[in-house]
Amino acid sequence: MRAKAILLQFILMMGVWLLLSGRVTFENLAAGAIVALVITMMTTSRTSMLGEIRLTPRALGAHLLFFLVFLRELIRSNLDVARRVLSPSLPIHPGIVKVKTRLRSPLGRFVLANAITLTPGTFTVDIMGDSLFIHWLDMAPEDAEAAARHIVSRFEKYLEVAYG
Amino acid sequence: MVDVAVTCALVLILGALVLAGVRFVAGPTAVDRVIALDVLTVISLPLMGIIAHLSGRSIYLDVALIYGLLSFIGVLAVARYLDGGLS
Amino acid sequence: MNVLSIAGALLVGFGAIFLFIGAIGLLRMPDCYTRIQAGTKASTLGTILSLGGIGLLHPSWLGKALLILLFVLLTNPVSSHVLARAAHLAGILPRGDTEVDELAAETEAKHHSINGGGST
Repeated sequence: MRAKAILLQFILMMGVWLLLSGRVTFENLAAGAIVALVITMMTTSRTSMLGEIRLTPRALGAHLLFFLVFLRELIRSNLDVARRVLSPSLPIHPGIVKVKTRLRSPLGRFVLANAITLTPGTFTVDIMGDSLFIHWLDMAPEDAEAAARHIVSRFEKYLEVAYG
Repeated sequence: MVDVAVTCALVLILGALVLAGVRFVAGPTAVDRVIALDVLTVISLPLMGIIAHLSGRSIYLDVALIYGLLSFIGVLAVARYLDGGLS
Repeated sequence: MNVLSIAGALLVGFGAIFLFIGAIGLLRMPDCYTRIQAGTKASTLGTILSLGGIGLLHPSWLGKALLILLFVLLTNPVSSHVLARAAHLAGILPRGDTEVDELAAETEAKHHSINGGGST
């Protein structure tokens, strides 16, 4: 768990370094490795959350599928908000709904909350334990619970495989 | 054609900055002003990208990166203050 | 004038349109929660598209543009969530015709139990 967190953080730091410098030479890679190693050593006790990512092929596939679903929802979300903002009557019925999540890993819950924030008409206001409080731009007056459940489970089925 | 599109984008982004600035001045609560400030800084990032394109110097992208980083920390700090400090 | 720079210019243009719509939403929405909705969503996609377009216009800058883009994608939802939470804790209630507010009920109950029930 801990070794995995350290390794993942090192790879992440190395990736940031390479994107920032934009050159792949031996000197550059060596300097990046040293900097990434020092930062990883300094901060590793606080980033053990990264160890919750599962790295089995099935989990990596779930990550990829989650990312694709997320991108589709992000674009739909923006078109939806644009439609509402530009229509003269401003068709919104806001409300805050509580939903329970099955995810146990804190990192998984964090990713779920961020994904909900960037999907059509919803964003996460607060997390208390295993319940998410979702602000809804246009909620159905009847059966809000089931609709919220639907929004969460759309991402949950992938995140459950990827984080547990 | 590239120049036309980038100029249109520049005008739209400047217009967006003015609109968000109106919300920043109008308020009415402190939270509304912080939201407007957050949106203003996020809008500034692509603006800096366009400036980098127009001037042909990639240093503006580094500026945008650090600006985004600092504004995120700033928003976290102000939100912490608004919800009652570290009690 | 190649395909890459045309695609980049189009992306920059579309991104700017989304940013403008987000700013209009920020101005038109009635209370601070709905303003957060309009402000963060449209500006996230607008920033991603614009910076991706800049990256396509100058392929040697793609790495840096990608880094800013990922950073915005990760931090923008967090800052919106933090602001909404601060607003709720500061006691700013959603607009009058908001349908339900289960978070207010929850915090009320918690507050009540901490104070040992009927202390008032």
